[in-house]
Amino acid sequence: MSEPVKTSLSLKHLRALGSQYRGIALVAIWAVLLLAPYWMPPLGGYTALGTRVLVLGLAAMSVNFLLGFTGVLSFGHAAYFGLGAYGAGFALKFLAPSTPLSILCGMLLGGVIGAVLGALIVRRRGVYFAMVTIAFGQVFYYIAFQWSSVTGGDDGLRGFSRQPLDFGLFTIDILSNSNAFYYFVLFCFAIAVGVMGFILRSPLGRTMIAIRENERRARFLGIPVERHIWIAFTLSCFFIGFAGALYALVNNFADPRGLHYSQSGDFVMMAVMGGMRTFWGPLLGAAVFVVLQDYLSSVTINWMSFVGLLFVLVVLFFPRGLLGFIGTKREQ
Amino acid sequence: MSVLDIQRVSKRFGSLIAVQDVSLNVQKGELRAIIGPNGAGKTTFFNLISGFFAPTAGTIAFDGRDITSMPASQRVTLGMARTFQITEIFPELSVFENVRIGAEVAAGFRLRPWISRAEKTEVDRRVTDTLKLTGLESKADRRVGELAHGDQRAAEIAMALALQPHLLLLDEPTAGMGDEETYAITQLVRRLHRDSNFTIVLIEHDMRVVFHLADRITVLDQGKLLAEGTPAEIAANDAVQAAYLGKAA
Ligand SMILES: Nc1ncnc2c1ncn2[C@@H]1O[C@H](COP(=O)(O)OP(=O)(O)O)[C@@H](O)[C@H]1O
Ligand SMILES: [Mg+2]
Repeated sequence: MSEPVKTSLSLKHLRALGSQYRGIALVAIWAVLLLAPYWMPPLGGYTALGTRVLVLGLAAMSVNFLLGFTGVLSFGHAAYFGLGAYGAGFALKFLAPSTPLSILCGMLLGGVIGAVLGALIVRRRGVYFAMVTIAFGQVFYYIAFQWSSVTGGDDGLRGFSRQPLDFGLFTIDILSNSNAFYYFVLFCFAIAVGVMGFILRSPLGRTMIAIRENERRARFLGIPVERHIWIAFTLSCFFIGFAGALYALVNNFADPRGLHYSQSGDFVMMAVMGGMRTFWGPLLGAAVFVVLQDYLSSVTINWMSFVGLLFVLVVLFFPRGLLGFIGTKREQ
Repeated sequence: MSVLDIQRVSKRFGSLIAVQDVSLNVQKGELRAIIGPNGAGKTTFFNLISGFFAPTAGTIAFDGRDITSMPASQRVTLGMARTFQITEIFPELSVFENVRIGAEVAAGFRLRPWISRAEKTEVDRRVTDTLKLTGLESKADRRVGELAHGDQRAAEIAMALALQPHLLLLDEPTAGMGDEETYAITQLVRRLHRDSNFTIVLIEHDMRVVFHLADRITVLDQGKLLAEGTPAEIAANDAVQAAYLGKAA
């Protein structure tokens, strides 16, 4: 009976190593992100590519907040992403020339509509949940597509651009200075991701993980599962609405195709490819996706087939995703 | 004072009546065993008490309050915790994390997106206490999914205990266990009952365990209440002998 003591000691040792390793990984991730405008160009990249990775990565992480940490697959999150983009565009175009206001409006539009629709679908599970999320998502796609007098229809919403950040004493030009814009987006990304990580380490976040692990057990531990799934869904809609607003600022344009379910599929693919049981995996997935798209789309119009092929290979050989393969089995 | 007062509940599944007109009254501090052959409706009866589904007829009162159609999670909040015949745990999480969920729910933190240092210390202390009580302290950091069956069963009881319930529903806690593990669980249930004064309703197929632990025994057969009484009365009951004990011997 002396064996358990031995195991628990070595486990503690491993845990200490693990958390040390995680600390280093975290520093490395932020260093890579902070220095991106310096290391990307020498490698043949450009800063705007990094900005796209951050925004789409945040969107994929929002989807994964539900998929990887609550165990609920939404195939319609592009709707809230797109609503975020349109919300930001409308604010800039019709409300006031303020970048922060536009982001707030985009996030609210995506988040509030997500909250309302979420209440209608949280009783469904699995494939049925995914199907209803697609259906709701498509509704917004068709609205954006058809209601051209307001949304610009097929051409998308145009005629707005991100505004300099006005701090009273000084302003920061994020419109023409791509590095400044990158750092602005990184700042927004850091806030969103910080909030996300904070929630996941809280009692509320742990109820989400409990639901993912075993819904029945969670319910009989006193967690009203539907309500908690609704909260997770709503939060993830706010996060992805935020990302969508940033996306409108990246492009100075809101695209109806950003609402389409194939865009939702891309987010899910990024999350799964990067590792849906890991916090940072979806960002890696987004990076792979965006970089491949950038290089391959200049070579072939069939770039999507190559991304699809890579996806299949990753799923076959790294079922836990790229980061899940490197990282430890346990999160937190 | 009765903790549970169940009046003539029934549950139909299509044409099958799994539970029919069963009444049950459990007093505070009592350890009640429910026995009966396989398929007698014991687990279904538990599902009615814990709110897995609503009864087709009848009423259920908990601490004098009608909970017949109350959602399961709310019953937990009122102080009713259960385990399952087939272990329900969070396999990928550590023993500690498994037990912490219940402790945080009991502390009223389930909707909280933050936790203070003092609160965390308090929760951790409760979890550790629960692990000590259930003999799982040395396995706190192990992934529950990789534990032996007996330890998983104990972990599930620990998860329920972390809720600080005053009624504990245990569905065959010794199912699938060897003698040694059965003994350990029996001792645990006994401690919970004698020392910590929990009110416990226990479904159990092992008659040694039942007669060792129970204050009173309820016998179900084919969904109906066959008999109720002290262990001595049940042992002497002819109908029970015929329907159940006879068969088992
Ligand atoms: N959810 C269900 N749907 C349909 N039939 C069920 C369900 N749950 C239990 N039953 C049936 O009810 C009867 C009683 O089952 P159960 O309560 O599990 O018995 P016990 O726990 O006493 O072995 C069995 O015939 C079983 O097949
Ligand atoms: Mg049973």
